[in-house]
Amino acid sequence: MSTYIQNFKKFRPLLEELVSRDIKIKYRRSVLGVLWTVLNPLFMMVILSIVFSNLFRFDIENYPVYILSGQVIYNFYSGSTSSAMSAMLDNAALLKKVYIPKYLFVMSRILSAIIDVLASHCALLIVMIVTGVEMRWTIILFPIPLFMLVLFCFGFGLILATVAVKFRDIIHLYGVFTTGLMYLTPVIYALSLLPDWLYRVVRLNPITNYLMIYRDVMLNGTLPDPMHVLVGLAEGAVMMILGLLLFAKKQDTFILNL
Amino acid sequence: MERDLMVKVDHVSMRFNLASERVDSLKEYVIKTIKRQISYNEFWALNDISFEVRRGEALGLIGLNGSGKSTMLKIIAGVLKPTRGSVQVFGSMAPLIELGAGFDFDLTARENVFLNGAILGHSRKEMEQYYDDIVDFSELGPFMDTPVKNFSSGMISRLAFGIATIGQPDLLIVDEVLSVGDFHFQEKSEARIQRMLSGGTTLLFVSHSIGQVKNLCDKVVWLEKGHLRAYGDSKVYCEEYENS
Repeated sequence: MSTYIQNFKKFRPLLEELVSRDIKIKYRRSVLGVLWTVLNPLFMMVILSIVFSNLFRFDIENYPVYILSGQVIYNFYSGSTSSAMSAMLDNAALLKKVYIPKYLFVMSRILSAIIDVLASHCALLIVMIVTGVEMRWTIILFPIPLFMLVLFCFGFGLILATVAVKFRDIIHLYGVFTTGLMYLTPVIYALSLLPDWLYRVVRLNPITNYLMIYRDVMLNGTLPDPMHVLVGLAEGAVMMILGLLLFAKKQDTFILNL
Repeated sequence: MERDLMVKVDHVSMRFNLASERVDSLKEYVIKTIKRQISYNEFWALNDISFEVRRGEALGLIGLNGSGKSTMLKIIAGVLKPTRGSVQVFGSMAPLIELGAGFDFDLTARENVFLNGAILGHSRKEMEQYYDDIVDFSELGPFMDTPVKNFSSGMISRLAFGIATIGQPDLLIVDEVLSVGDFHFQEKSEARIQRMLSGGTTLLFVSHSIGQVKNLCDKVVWLEKGHLRAYGDSKVYCEEYENS
């Protein structure tokens, strides 16, 4: 165990470099730079809230804020896991030549996604101020759902990265999967609108749980249900342990398949 | 007195599964499994290799193409895990296996110095200390803020070599890299390796140029089709190798 920690310490500078490279490359030669992480979800929110408050009329209070909060959580999930999935393949050239702890690449992808989610979280705060949503003290609890979601996504990202090394076409399938899963997450609709059987299905989705906790503290100004937090924490921890175990077991075979 | 052990290669064997056709998608895998078409040809790239390198020694790996030299180096560098046996390295390691492998071509040379340094396990602070030395060696002073994708291959090798050979690693692994670049660069890099050697660095060297091996190494490991053909004094076996 202590050798693992030492190894991690030795390569911590690399983790920092990888994250800063991700950010640099993403925004190099764009005039607005990092602002895009804030603008992107804002534009999406404008479009979606126009579409859904005129076309379908969901009766939800502060609909733009509702939709944006859903997007903050869901985009982090889909963005972080899909970029973690291709982490091994994108760095194949390097992994074949130099010894680097492989989980570092998955970790750096997740960390870059965290920076993005913090930016879109700020976008949400701005919209809340502009639209005059009442802010309660509970918004300072926002790290709780995010932390549990990060655990979940890191674990799931490790699993996806492992599978993608062996089966490349998973990457395309996963794109379809995340689009589908978005409709099984109450991003654009309210849970109360669902028929009973569908409600149960949507509640099974771990992302739904994280999103509900996030909305509780951000929009509703209430403390989250302790049961929800417990379930969320358990799901995150289990996913992370599963991911680490699978990744550790398979990582020596990556080179042979890359 | 025996010097400390630096690298211990203990009964290492490496097996590759060469799938007759490479299967890397789920669709193909399912189809081929149903049709029972997946067959693997086992291929032993290395067979029960054992040798030791002691601190301050220079060891050359010689052998024809496909004899397992690069596989051996990759196992020592920790990139590959041997199927059987074990490799232990005592001390810090600077692998020069492929120059420029860690470069991101969209970043500038300056940013790549820090990225590549981090890949080798050096912190930003350490790299700042060596920064001038690297620029000096690679002679790229005016180009440090240019993206690496605009560099010539010679410039890339110079920069990569400069980064990989900073400081005084305990073990330097060199794989054919000296054969790139012009005459001037070759001389310069050989001088740099010599300087590290006299400073006590252990060298593992792979080259097809027997002259270079004779020059730099005092011991050789001679591999033939994955088997250890000979292990011992470089003068003796280099001549035998040339005559074989």
